[in-house]
Amino acid sequence: MTVIAMKPEYPVTPVAPAQAGSTRIDFGRLMVHAALLAYTALALFPIALILINSVKTRAAIFDDPLALPSMESLTFGGFVKVIDSTNFLHYFGNSLIVTLLALFCIVLFGAMASWALSEYRFMGNRLLTLFLALGIMIPIRLGTVSILELMVRLDLVNTLTALVLVYTAQGLPLAVMILSEFMRQVPAELKDAARCDGVGEVKIFFQVILPLIRPAIATVAVFTMIPAWNDLWFPLILAPSESTRTVTLGVQQFIGQYVTDWNSVLAALSLAVIPMLILYALFSRQLIRGLTAGAVK
Amino acid sequence: MKHAVHTVRPWQLVLFLAPALLVYTLFSAMPLAQTLAQGFFSADENGKAVYAGLENFRTILLDPDWSAGFWNAMVNNARFFAIHMLLQNPIGLALATLFSLKGLRGARTYRTLIFLPTLLSVVIIGFIWQLILSPLWGVGEKLMGFAGLAGLFAPWLGQEETALTTLSIVSVWQYIGMPMMLIYAALLAVPDEIIEAAHVEGAGAMRIFWQIKLPLIYPTLGLVTILTFVANFNAFDLIYSVKGALAGPNYSTDILGTLFYRTFFGYQAQVGNAYLGSAVATLMFLVILAGVGLYFVAVQRRLTRFAL
Repeated sequence: MTVIAMKPEYPVTPVAPAQAGSTRIDFGRLMVHAALLAYTALALFPIALILINSVKTRAAIFDDPLALPSMESLTFGGFVKVIDSTNFLHYFGNSLIVTLLALFCIVLFGAMASWALSEYRFMGNRLLTLFLALGIMIPIRLGTVSILELMVRLDLVNTLTALVLVYTAQGLPLAVMILSEFMRQVPAELKDAARCDGVGEVKIFFQVILPLIRPAIATVAVFTMIPAWNDLWFPLILAPSESTRTVTLGVQQFIGQYVTDWNSVLAALSLAVIPMLILYALFSRQLIRGLTAGAVK
Repeated sequence: MKHAVHTVRPWQLVLFLAPALLVYTLFSAMPLAQTLAQGFFSADENGKAVYAGLENFRTILLDPDWSAGFWNAMVNNARFFAIHMLLQNPIGLALATLFSLKGLRGARTYRTLIFLPTLLSVVIIGFIWQLILSPLWGVGEKLMGFAGLAGLFAPWLGQEETALTTLSIVSVWQYIGMPMMLIYAALLAVPDEIIEAAHVEGAGAMRIFWQIKLPLIYPTLGLVTILTFVANFNAFDLIYSVKGALAGPNYSTDILGTLFYRTFFGYQAQVGNAYLGSAVATLMFLVILAGVGLYFVAVQRRLTRFAL
């Protein structure tokens, strides 16, 4: 109380104290920048190193790994080999299909369930919420033995459907938690107005609520798509065939075969990294906003 | 919750809940329950499942052929977690504190760039570091040479004593973005008035951090700890892509995830065993459950959420 009462007595910009210690503060800021720059370099350097060397000749890779490619050392041989000897674009398509379909199912099913759980009071509501919350903490990977048996029985082994189903099941618990929080903030007047006009509950959800949750989709996407895209475990176990291979598994298998061919290995790594870099450049703002919004809740 | 309780009809509720519950139950909850149950069975000579009581667990925990492997993986996993707690979370906290400083220029750029590795696949990261640390290529040695430390370079990934620590640090390097972002979001939520008031009262930046910001984000630090715990005791991808299912050299990088994979699918001469695999999964489940339980009882209860 006292703190808040005192506040207006001081100017918003405390001119005097800032000037008194200005040299000290600037020095402090400089140190902060130095520390952050150093860590940024540490975070980016390994990735940059791979990208730079992927377009160099074998000799140049080994002679001077830190040098940028020159006219003599520039080559795209590694990339040509990777593209020729694997279905890299196909793997990429598989990953895209799996993650986007899973995201779609997670958002739609998750929103429907969180609407029911946050809007209506019914028997078993708390129990169902708890049941779903269990999935946030307990990794789905522990059920792999039975998931594989189930997929064999359903004849879904080596299909992308199997991966979509597993990633949907994996992403739903957290999505329901994030979306429920979001739905509680939808103003009651909006819903009541629709109800007064005699609009049914199902229609209210699809036409009033669903369009409103768009901002939350970014948060859900961050927490569901990235783990699904990067996963090695389930593609390895449920869908290892050539036609259903995802990028992550494809790169892992390719590098396993060509360990000694440095040009190809570096090119394969770059091919896996570059699309992510482009997507990140385009969407990093939304992604980080989604990430922090989800945490603050 | 108070409004329009009576307007929803049961079929509408079912319609809203069915898809999510169906997929979640069928592909997550039930397989988990079945796996836990399967740990209590084993196959007879015809391959039929018969109830075996605690036999599988006795084998894994006490049988000389198995227990050494299990405890090795368990201790390695604990070390893997300890290194994350010692490095990843403190550094994440430090970075988040630095770029949440008021009016810091380029804060968004730092945040965006430092988060980048977290976005990439563990498989890719594992291979990248494998190349950098490879004595064949010599980049690591060269870089250390700039600091005059070339003599200290060793094939860390290949040595029994250093392989696990090296892989843990690679994992820390990759995942630092997660705690960093969670802590950053929590720091953003600290009200400016409190910081300003402290500043006006003459508190320095260090004191504001230790006595105001840090206590206010304890709940987030608790959350980060338990998320790290669950992720670490469920890890697999990094070890598998760098070291393979055998988690060499001489199982020195073996953790519960790779042990689970080998037990279930088999490797080299050993045939895979779904029942023993399930028992390993059950043990992993118990470890994670113990951690989560401890978190809720000891940490969550004591930490009252500050009404911000």
